[in-house]
Amino acid sequence: MEKFTISTRAQRPLSGTTRQAILGVVASGNLELLFERIGGDTVEINILTASTGYRTVWEAVIRDFVERTSPGGVRITIHDNGARPDTVMLRLMQGAKMLEMPS
Amino acid sequence: MSMWTKQATERARRLNAAAPLTDGKVVAGDNVTALLERIICSEDRVCLEGDNQKQADFLASCLTEVDPGLIHDLHIVQSGLVLSEHLDLFRLGIARKLDFSYSGPQSAAIARALDQGKIELGAIHTYIELFARYYIDLTPNVALIAAVSADRDGNLYTGPNTEDTPTIVEATAYKSGIVVAQVNRIVDRVPRVDIPADQIDFIVEAPRPFYVEPLFTRDPGAVTDTQVFMAMMALKGIYAKYRPKRLNHGIGFSTAAIELLLPTYGEELGLRGNVATHWALNPHPTLIPAIESGWVQQIHCFGSEVGMDAYMSARPDVYFTGKDGTLRSNRLLCQNAGLYACDMFIGSTLQIDLAGNSSTVTPDRIAGFGGAPNMGADAHGRRHTSDAWLKAGYEAAGAEGPLVRGRKLVVQMVETFGDGMKPAFVEELDSIALARKLNMPLAPVMIFGDDVTHIVTEEGIANLLLCRSTDDIEQAIRGVAGYTPVGMARDHAKVAELRARGVIQRPEDLGIDPLKANRNLLAARSIRDLVTWSDGLYAPPSKFRNW
Repeated sequence: MEKFTISTRAQRPLSGTTRQAILGVVASGNLELLFERIGGDTVEINILTASTGYRTVWEAVIRDFVERTSPGGVRITIHDNGARPDTVMLRLMQGAKMLEMPS
Repeated sequence: MSMWTKQATERARRLNAAAPLTDGKVVAGDNVTALLERIICSEDRVCLEGDNQKQADFLASCLTEVDPGLIHDLHIVQSGLVLSEHLDLFRLGIARKLDFSYSGPQSAAIARALDQGKIELGAIHTYIELFARYYIDLTPNVALIAAVSADRDGNLYTGPNTEDTPTIVEATAYKSGIVVAQVNRIVDRVPRVDIPADQIDFIVEAPRPFYVEPLFTRDPGAVTDTQVFMAMMALKGIYAKYRPKRLNHGIGFSTAAIELLLPTYGEELGLRGNVATHWALNPHPTLIPAIESGWVQQIHCFGSEVGMDAYMSARPDVYFTGKDGTLRSNRLLCQNAGLYACDMFIGSTLQIDLAGNSSTVTPDRIAGFGGAPNMGADAHGRRHTSDAWLKAGYEAAGAEGPLVRGRKLVVQMVETFGDGMKPAFVEELDSIALARKLNMPLAPVMIFGDDVTHIVTEEGIANLLLCRSTDDIEQAIRGVAGYTPVGMARDHAKVAELRARGVIQRPEDLGIDPLKANRNLLAARSIRDLVTWSDGLYAPPSKFRNW
């Protein structure tokens, strides 16, 4: 079990108007994420992970995610349940898409 | 004076010695071991039929009971080494030398036996390669084969799982060898003659029908969202781009996901009738929804699959069936069809290195090859064209013209992390360490990098046809290797350049909505759904029934 926060800046705020989205489930190979719009261009990601020692992988996943979707003004809370990085990335991309939809 | 009939004379001598043990061609089960001791001699080449799905298991257990003082140093030449009896022959000193293709469940035991010096390994072959050598320098002296039924003359019905049998028998029978068939039943009249009696010397009714393992059944219930995501990328980035009409699929979950997306996402992309109409494929239950939706015109099979018989019998326009109405498979011909007549192979593997070489060998397992290397290889003897083949060739050459030949699309689909978080991408294949340990001059490589055209992962597609240097290839592979150590060590600037050149395509470059990457997109989400699609004709084996 490890808990940490990664804060970064995106190039621009995430488009769309949906305020909040929750997706995934805490189950084998899966994970649960809460997306909240907080305004501005920062991206704040709170991670509760089942496996320790993977912070550099998390940082790499988040760097690529921020570069690919520019999710400025979003706070993401992740309960990862030991999911693999590819599942984390897919769920992050899906969460950003959900916020981008008109509310 | 030369003797030109030594083989026929030797054959006659052995048949004479065996005669007291038989009633015509029929041998009682209890007499089989004694029979084998009279028709097999030390140092013979023996094929103990071990196919993907059908093994001469009774004959195998009888062969382990022969006296090793009498019969030893046999050279076993067969495609599948999958029963524990196959290994016992080496442990007991009955056999010494081995040439094979695939070992599946015995992969760990083979590695141990090689390490202990119990097996003298000739080579691990691809299927067509081993079958070819049956006719050149690995012709069996004795073939012990399996069939569904025989009449008393020795005509055989090999049924849906015909697989390797005609190839083995042809090589043995026409070179003065001896062929023994175990059958599930001796009948008055076989449903159809798959092997004529002329080529069969002895038949024995086995105490139990040969066992068939459902190797090609993938439960749609176990397909993950990530696999759906990758299947969407493959359909949009490869099927829609090259439009391969003739193809082969591997047996993994990623390709099962593609099969299950044809009637949904493939339909949405307008691909029905334009791709995937003609197949070299085992009878995958997950293809049923696409067949029923009118995607598939015809399928030739390497072998059969448990539970698919009634469905295939009811779809003779799609499958190759005999006049009796049941499937006729043939591994040699289907492999050949896949090599020469297909525009694409797509399948998964365990490990890929920085040059795109792939292998399923792990440090203590030698699984052999199965069908992938013949399917996943560009056939340099091919001369006919197709749009997909030419398009791939032109991309590789960076030019078009009357002397620019096409390329087979060879696509590897892997999730960046496999079971137990094992990275699929490695700096060096485990098979190289294994080759070093066992002094093998050539490491077992499933598909060599120079045959691979695309690698699909959840991170995107790497198009190796567009790579112009080994550095391009290495960074294209690192660029889709995700968060494995190989992926983390990528050169970010180079990967960005490759993405700008279209060598790497991310899902967003392909316009794929990640929200659609959901199991709900599958045409069937359970084995039960497959039964429904098949009008109740598909009869899944009990281990797949959870209702």
